[in-house]
Amino acid sequence: MKKNISIHLKVWRQKDANSKGKMVSHTVNGVNPDMSFLEMLDTLNEDLIKKGEEPLEFDNDCREGICGMCGLVINGTAHGPNSGTTTCELRMREFQNGDTIIVEPWRAKAFPIIKDLVVDRQSFDRIISKGGYISIRVGNAPEATSILVAKENADLAMDAAACIGCGACVAACPNSSASLFTSAKISQLRLLPQGEPERNRRALNMVFQMDEELFGNCSNHAECQAVCPKSVSITHIARMRREYLKAAIKYVD
Amino acid sequence: MKLDSKIPSGPLSEKWDKHKFDINVVNPKNKRKFTIIVVGTGLGGASAAASLGELGYRVKNFCIQDSPRRAHSIGAQGGINAAKNYQNDGDSVWRLFYDTIKGGDYRAREANVYRLAQNSNNIIDQAVAQGVPFAREYGGLFANRSFGGALVSRTFYARGQTGQQLLLGAYSSLMAQVHAGSVQIFPREEMVDLVLIQGKARGIITRNLRTGEFNAHTADAVVLATGGYGTAYYLSTLAMNSNASAIWRAHKKGAFFGNPCYVQIHPTCIPRSGDYQSKLTLMSESLRNDGRVWVPKNKGDKRPPSQIPEGDRDYYLERKYPTFGNMVPRDVASRNAKEVCDDGRGIGDTGLAVYLDFKNAIADFGRKTIEERYGNLFEMYHLITDEDAYKTPMRIFPAVHYSMGGLWVDYNLMTTVPGLHVIGEANFSDHGANRLGASALMQGLSDGYFVIPYTIGGYLGGASLEKISSEDDAFKNALASSKGKFEKLLSIKGNKTVKEFHRDLGQILWDKVGMARNEKGLKEAIKEIPKLREEFWQNVKVAGEAETLNKNLEFAARVGDYLELGELMARDALNRRESCGGHFRIESQTEEGEALRNDEKFTYVSAWEFKKASNWELHKEPLIFENVTLTQRSYK
Ligand SMILES: Cc1cc2nc3c(=O)[nH]c(=O)nc-3n(C[C@H](O)[C@H](O)[C@H](O)COP(=O)(O)OP(=O)(O)OC[C@H]3O[C@@H](n4cnc5c(N)ncnc54)[C@H](O)[C@@H]3O)c2cc1C
Ligand code: FES
Repeated sequence: MKKNISIHLKVWRQKDANSKGKMVSHTVNGVNPDMSFLEMLDTLNEDLIKKGEEPLEFDNDCREGICGMCGLVINGTAHGPNSGTTTCELRMREFQNGDTIIVEPWRAKAFPIIKDLVVDRQSFDRIISKGGYISIRVGNAPEATSILVAKENADLAMDAAACIGCGACVAACPNSSASLFTSAKISQLRLLPQGEPERNRRALNMVFQMDEELFGNCSNHAECQAVCPKSVSITHIARMRREYLKAAIKYVD
Repeated sequence: MKLDSKIPSGPLSEKWDKHKFDINVVNPKNKRKFTIIVVGTGLGGASAAASLGELGYRVKNFCIQDSPRRAHSIGAQGGINAAKNYQNDGDSVWRLFYDTIKGGDYRAREANVYRLAQNSNNIIDQAVAQGVPFAREYGGLFANRSFGGALVSRTFYARGQTGQQLLLGAYSSLMAQVHAGSVQIFPREEMVDLVLIQGKARGIITRNLRTGEFNAHTADAVVLATGGYGTAYYLSTLAMNSNASAIWRAHKKGAFFGNPCYVQIHPTCIPRSGDYQSKLTLMSESLRNDGRVWVPKNKGDKRPPSQIPEGDRDYYLERKYPTFGNMVPRDVASRNAKEVCDDGRGIGDTGLAVYLDFKNAIADFGRKTIEERYGNLFEMYHLITDEDAYKTPMRIFPAVHYSMGGLWVDYNLMTTVPGLHVIGEANFSDHGANRLGASALMQGLSDGYFVIPYTIGGYLGGASLEKISSEDDAFKNALASSKGKFEKLLSIKGNKTVKEFHRDLGQILWDKVGMARNEKGLKEAIKEIPKLREEFWQNVKVAGEAETLNKNLEFAARVGDYLELGELMARDALNRRESCGGHFRIESQTEEGEALRNDEKFTYVSAWEFKKASNWELHKEPLIFENVTLTQRSYK
């Protein structure tokens, strides 16, 4: 059996959207290296509850890297030190006994803090609602094999579709841009023949909404790609730009 | 009250079409006048809300997560079944129907399962049209695989993320309707009670999870798509926020609960590593295609696996089931793992695990092939356990995975409360006593896209619905009592945390209402759970305040409900003195130790009516089989 370790935490605590927040220190003892990062925070919370203090609020659900609900900035990096993983997939064996870990929420104007480490990401839903879909009514769908898709395109579309909407890309970007998120959807639907009819409207409307939500512009830092737990590539941003430009030219009157 | 399943007359293959013609159709002009509440945004909820919105109804759609896209369905890995027969291997609607009804150990309705198989093909068309990137072959057509021991390749998949892609497809249609103005979404808003007026479901009470505010929402019909109750066991493969509170509140308002004891325990999960464990991770059961399951022959053999020679190993599945070997169905594999661990031959620190060994497969096919087949799973295993499964065998153990039981619904997916409908994992229909792999996604989407949009019209078109308002007494009272309940939880200020209570309940359920059940254990559980419940309401310690985001408080309320449902699960298991599917009664087995059904006595659905605390009345819906012959499963 592995030896348990102790961890010092400096975490962001903020009562609600309107209050001011601050960093608070906590120590967690008896941390098993096989624990997940979130189980370490569970352990802290059990201690706090037993002491009659308020537990730390953080979002999570699936705890296996697919729902996109979790998301913490750990020692300055969105989702922590390992690439291609979410916060919930991080294990405590990545840390040493006595380490101090700094834990903060996603920080962006478009993601206001609700409490402690929990932020509001409904701006993402609004971007999707402006065109992140193919308008097909139930009952109207043609036989599936009538739409052929080359394996290469299906695979590329799947790479883009792997986005879990966690928002790490925004948290990591110096401009708080949502370009990686938005482009992943535009790109997925661009790569499939089903997406063709609404192609122009989609690019224009989704990009418009992204700006409306106070996300910043992309200036090619590529920090988003580095922290993306699903390794979504910035080539999708390039595709989004092309789509947007083509659409904008078409619609100039 | 007499249960009426409302199964249409006529030949099996014509029932659904005939029914669609017979039920009321709401005039398009009138649809806008109806408000429908859909609780849940998983495959069931999102597909229903989107389709109802498209039809012109006003829809209000609720979920616990911060976005509808994050519902538990997102985690499904393996795939979705459909009877397309694209592989030309002899599949058909009939075969999918037959496999599903047999897999459910003949404890589901023929008519429902047949409709499910019929709809399966439409689901694939719909998903593809939405842009779901199913795996393709070079020619541009679909790649399919055989799943969970099926003899045909009927499973569609999108890498290991099929649930994600199908849910994002449904979510995108949902967001299109949000944009069109027909659907309004309410994320982070939890249903805490159902409101009835003149016996009909007319709305819900919710708690806004950011602000703690209670709200009343009125409607003409309510659809629950709130998922399964596997987290009653504390540890399970389900997402952390999964819960039974919505269906439990509805149950207490009059909706009968169907087959609560039918729970599926999945054999290939990563074992728990300590008390801190918060959930269990499923490993695709495709691993059993190549992995060999074994434990040491001798009790207490603590040597590392590499030092245990072949002669000292017991490949117990291959030994007991020479024909199916490691590929026996989920329940058989799970129960056998439990048996060898109970026998003191379990491995690892806890003794609660068995080996899944790829050594022979790597020797036969080469490491590269195994990497191609399971690379991502081996990686996930490494991430979690820090072990390299190419070099040392995996450790696996069964975990609670799916609840076949749920609220009882008729063929229209309506409960015993008029106007209250239940879809997806939250209802009891379609899977009988055991669910086959890749069938839950199919059911959620069939219910949401292709059943409820028609059947709810049948209800709304025929019901006389009086004018109501959220100021009516029924709403005011329900709101006050919900608020009171949450205040009560905070005011107890006891000594034991919510998590400690949840863990205790989970332990009772796992030990006594788990993989193998007997009269003695079930009777103990029926005594222990109410005792724990009593203690909970006197001694629970809930942190924080009511008027902010407070997850501890949310969980307290959900555990409070599980402490009631847990008792009913045990009572149902005690009543059913037969073994079927996921429900194994030790008293009912063949001489060889296999599950033994008792068709004469138990070919019925148990539908429980809530009377008062610890008091239910059992109603029976007989299951009538006109098209298939009941056979005993055998995997020898
Ligand atoms: C790890 C894993 C892998 C799986 N793999 C497969 C597979 O390969 N193939 C397959 O067919 N099946 C699979 N399943 C099963 C399948 O994923 C589920 O049965 C299915 O997704 C359930 O969908 P649902 O729509 O019924 O509910 P869910 O997806 O569970 O959604 C429930 C919804 O209800 C909401 N909700 C719950 N309570 C409330 C409340 N009180 N108020 C407001 N909202 C509420 C939640 O927020 C959520 O939106 C898998 C399951 C697991 C756990
Ligand atoms: S909790 Fe779902 S991705 Fe981390």
